[in-house]
Amino acid sequence: LLLFFSGSMEPAFHRGDLLFLTNRIEDPIRVGEIVVFRIEGREIPIVHRVLKIHEKQNGDIKFLTKGDNNAVDDRGLYKQGQHWLEKKDVVGRARGFVPYIGIVTILMNDYPKFKYAVLFLLGLFVLVHRE
Amino acid sequence: LRKNVEDFTGPRERSDLGFVTFDITADILNGKKCMVFFLTCIHLQSIFDWNVKQLFLYLSAEYSTKNNALNQVVLWDKIMLRGDNPRLSLKDMKSKYFFFDDGNGLKGNRNITLTLSWNVIPNAGILPLVTGSGHVSVPFPDTYETTKSY
Repeated sequence: LLLFFSGSMEPAFHRGDLLFLTNRIEDPIRVGEIVVFRIEGREIPIVHRVLKIHEKQNGDIKFLTKGDNNAVDDRGLYKQGQHWLEKKDVVGRARGFVPYIGIVTILMNDYPKFKYAVLFLLGLFVLVHRE
Repeated sequence: LRKNVEDFTGPRERSDLGFVTFDITADILNGKKCMVFFLTCIHLQSIFDWNVKQLFLYLSAEYSTKNNALNQVVLWDKIMLRGDNPRLSLKDMKSKYFFFDDGNGLKGNRNITLTLSWNVIPNAGILPLVTGSGHVSVPFPDTYETTKSY
C-alpha cells in the first residue's frame, strides 16, 4: 500500500490517493507500467511510469521512468552518474488504487472528535487481533 | 530517418538516434466503434464507462538489437480524459521523446514495431494496460543521415 504525496502523476493520481502494489519479481518490466522505485540513498519511493526499457537475453534490464505530469524524464532525479534504473530499484508495481483516502487524515486534523473515534476503533482492532 | 549522435540526455557514448513521424487516427468511443490506426481498423468495446477517469495513451516502438534482446521506447503519449474528444486525428506527428537506442542497433534494423497502447485509469480499482491490436513495422535505413534539420 502506498499513499500519494506529490502531484507528478496527475491527473491520474492525486495527493491522498491510495495505491495497491504487487512486487512479483517474475513480472517483466514493460513500458507503460507504473512502477514504484527507490533511489539509492533516498528513503521516499517514487511512483512513475516506465518510458524506455533495454533488456538483455539473460533478463538483465535497465529502464527509464517519467512522471505523467512532468515535462522531462526522471534522469535528473536519479543518483549522480546514474542513468538507468534496474530491477533491484523496484519496490512494487501499481495494480489498483482508491482515491482520496487522504481525506481521512484531513478530517482527523479538522475534527478532533473524529480523530479520537478513529484511534478508538484502531485500538479496538489491535486488541481484538492480538492473539 | 536516423542519425548517430551523442546521447546527450544520458551516458556519454554515441548511440543511434531515430526519427519517426507518424499519423494517428484513433476513434475511441462508447460502443462499437472503429479505431483506425495506420490504416488498420480495430473495433473497440466501450471503453469510457462510468468507472473510467482517463486513458493514458502511448505509442511505443519495440525492437531487438545485438546489444539487447528487447527494447521498448515510448515515442509519444497523451492523456485522454473522460469527456475529451475521443477521436484522434493527428497527422505528421513527431515523437515527443528522443528515440535513442542503447548502442547502435537502429542502423539497418528492419523490424521496429510501433503499437498504440493505453493504461485505463479508473475512478477506483484496477489499472489495466491494454494494447491496441493494430501495429506498424518501421524499417530503418542502413545509412546515417547527416542533415541537421528534423
